[in-house]
Amino acid sequence: MSTANATGVTASSPRRQAAPVRHWLRLFRSELRNVFLRPRNLAMLAVLAGAPVFLGVVLWVNTPAPGSGGDGAGVFIGQIADNGVFLSLFAIYVLLTVLLPLAVSVVSGDSVAGEAGLGTLRTLLTVPAGRTRLLVTKYAMIVVFCFTATLLVAGLGLMMGAIFFPVGPVTLLSGNTVSLAAGLGRLALIVCYVAVALSALGAIGLALSTFTQHAIAVMAAILVLVIVSGILDAVSQVAVIHPYLPSHYWFSFDALLRMPIDWSQVLHGLASFAAYIVIFGAVAWTRMRRANISC
Amino acid sequence: MTLTEPAPAEPVPLVAGKSGAGLAIATSGLAMRFRSGQLAVDHIDLAVPHGSVYGFLGPNGSGKTTTIRMLLGLVHPTAGTFRVLGTDARDGLDSVLPRVGALVEGPAFYPFLSGRQNLARCDAADPTADLSTARSRIDHALDQVGLLAAADKRYRAYSLGMKQRLGIAAGLLRPRDLMILDEPTNGLDPQGTREIRSLVKQIASDGTTVFISSHLLAEVEQICSHVGVMSTGKLVFQGPLAELRSRGEPRILVRSMDAAGAAEVLGKLELADVTVTDGQVSAALGEHAPETINAELVHAGVPVAGLETVRPSLEDLFVELTGEGFDVNG
Repeated sequence: MSTANATGVTASSPRRQAAPVRHWLRLFRSELRNVFLRPRNLAMLAVLAGAPVFLGVVLWVNTPAPGSGGDGAGVFIGQIADNGVFLSLFAIYVLLTVLLPLAVSVVSGDSVAGEAGLGTLRTLLTVPAGRTRLLVTKYAMIVVFCFTATLLVAGLGLMMGAIFFPVGPVTLLSGNTVSLAAGLGRLALIVCYVAVALSALGAIGLALSTFTQHAIAVMAAILVLVIVSGILDAVSQVAVIHPYLPSHYWFSFDALLRMPIDWSQVLHGLASFAAYIVIFGAVAWTRMRRANISC
Repeated sequence: MTLTEPAPAEPVPLVAGKSGAGLAIATSGLAMRFRSGQLAVDHIDLAVPHGSVYGFLGPNGSGKTTTIRMLLGLVHPTAGTFRVLGTDARDGLDSVLPRVGALVEGPAFYPFLSGRQNLARCDAADPTADLSTARSRIDHALDQVGLLAAADKRYRAYSLGMKQRLGIAAGLLRPRDLMILDEPTNGLDPQGTREIRSLVKQIASDGTTVFISSHLLAEVEQICSHVGVMSTGKLVFQGPLAELRSRGEPRILVRSMDAAGAAEVLGKLELADVTVTDGQVSAALGEHAPETINAELVHAGVPVAGLETVRPSLEDLFVELTGEGFDVNG
């Protein structure tokens, strides 16, 4: 083996320079498989998929009167009877309050802390997977998960809307009506916006995840953060801190349902998410590079 | 980090007469102080020759695993420097770790994946693995540790011995120049221990340097060429196994019905440390020839039922070096 050894290592050296991307994609695929085929995560995705189905059936059995509803999610409720597309928006709105952040907290909390808890972090790092490389892979996986989860909710919402309600040209919140295709385009933009919002939350989860080997602690911390952020956002006395709260811009996606689109609101939201991603990404990276892996 | 003395600016010569280049592992004043203040590894100078099977021995808690974690870049030393396969750790270990197979503190895998899937995961993490041969390399590694038949069973369902073997298989995914095995026999039955031993022999016979830690000397003494003995963070012995063996003072052991008479003769011959335990007398042999002692005994009319020279067992030497487990000597 020793002879094969020396030649094997040197022979692969030139190729190694050429193919870091292919090797990274292989690790990324392995990471995605681990997350998306894990029974626990599948169950969680099933719950996320089940929620729009449940909402669709409930709203079909007990269809809200056109134009009814109020603030928040109510904006969409009154439109569902006229257009099933709004069921998708309603589902995103409802799930973004707790279930979607919960799913993101589970996956991001588990990302590094879960590996540390199992001991597989030391196995991966001695391979060597590379600390920075592994962290980048983990975050890429979290982003993919955020997009998948949002798309799943929106997709099933749309499917249920099409089954139970009429579907046609979309009347926007500003009163204008656009074609169905344009309406679906706006829905796609909303899915992206919400997925980026969740990715920012995932960056916080990833950062916290590098400080512990107890994934459950990160999940709890993220949920507390989401709830406290939501409460503070509702207290007008602390309005001065509102723009800095992680969840402040989550529901600003209604700006994408107006004519013209209120881009300043959208961009404020995206800037806030980007700031969270950069800050907590840096925290995670600093911690990951220096941490002593003693579990 | 500020609690410990600063790392030497210049790498100290690693071993007398040798530079680190000829060694698979060379450490210089390597130390690790935990945040609690405890000095887990106390400035050790390891010298693991290429091609050796190096038994890294010491009781539990003597700093073996912490040392291994440092050698693999999992934890950062608070003082000292080291080289692995000639690469200075300060230049980063990621370039050299692909040539090192490792099992640290017991195997750690995903319980919900099969053995084969777990190895595929390890291989996927390797930034320099040969992509085209992944499948055959994984099967070969499983075959080497005898897990091919159980390859598709979930890791969760593996026995402890199978888990340990899968850990070693991860180290065999590609040819290695160095294998670092931390307590690979921990928790195994004698049968499992034998299996691991023959596996290590097989790996070493291919020329791979093997650095194997254990708290049981008996488990590794048959396969080691060199040993290092740790005690409370210090490296109290290092060298070829034969050198450790020769450290033991030979003693003469006389079995006789007249133990008191025998003791008297040995005392007259000025042998040191004469002890009598029912029907048996022993003393440090020193420079005396056993034949002369026998003649003297017979001459004095002491009936000699048996006479032999004994060296302390490695186990005795080991215990002498590391102290009794429960500090029986106070």
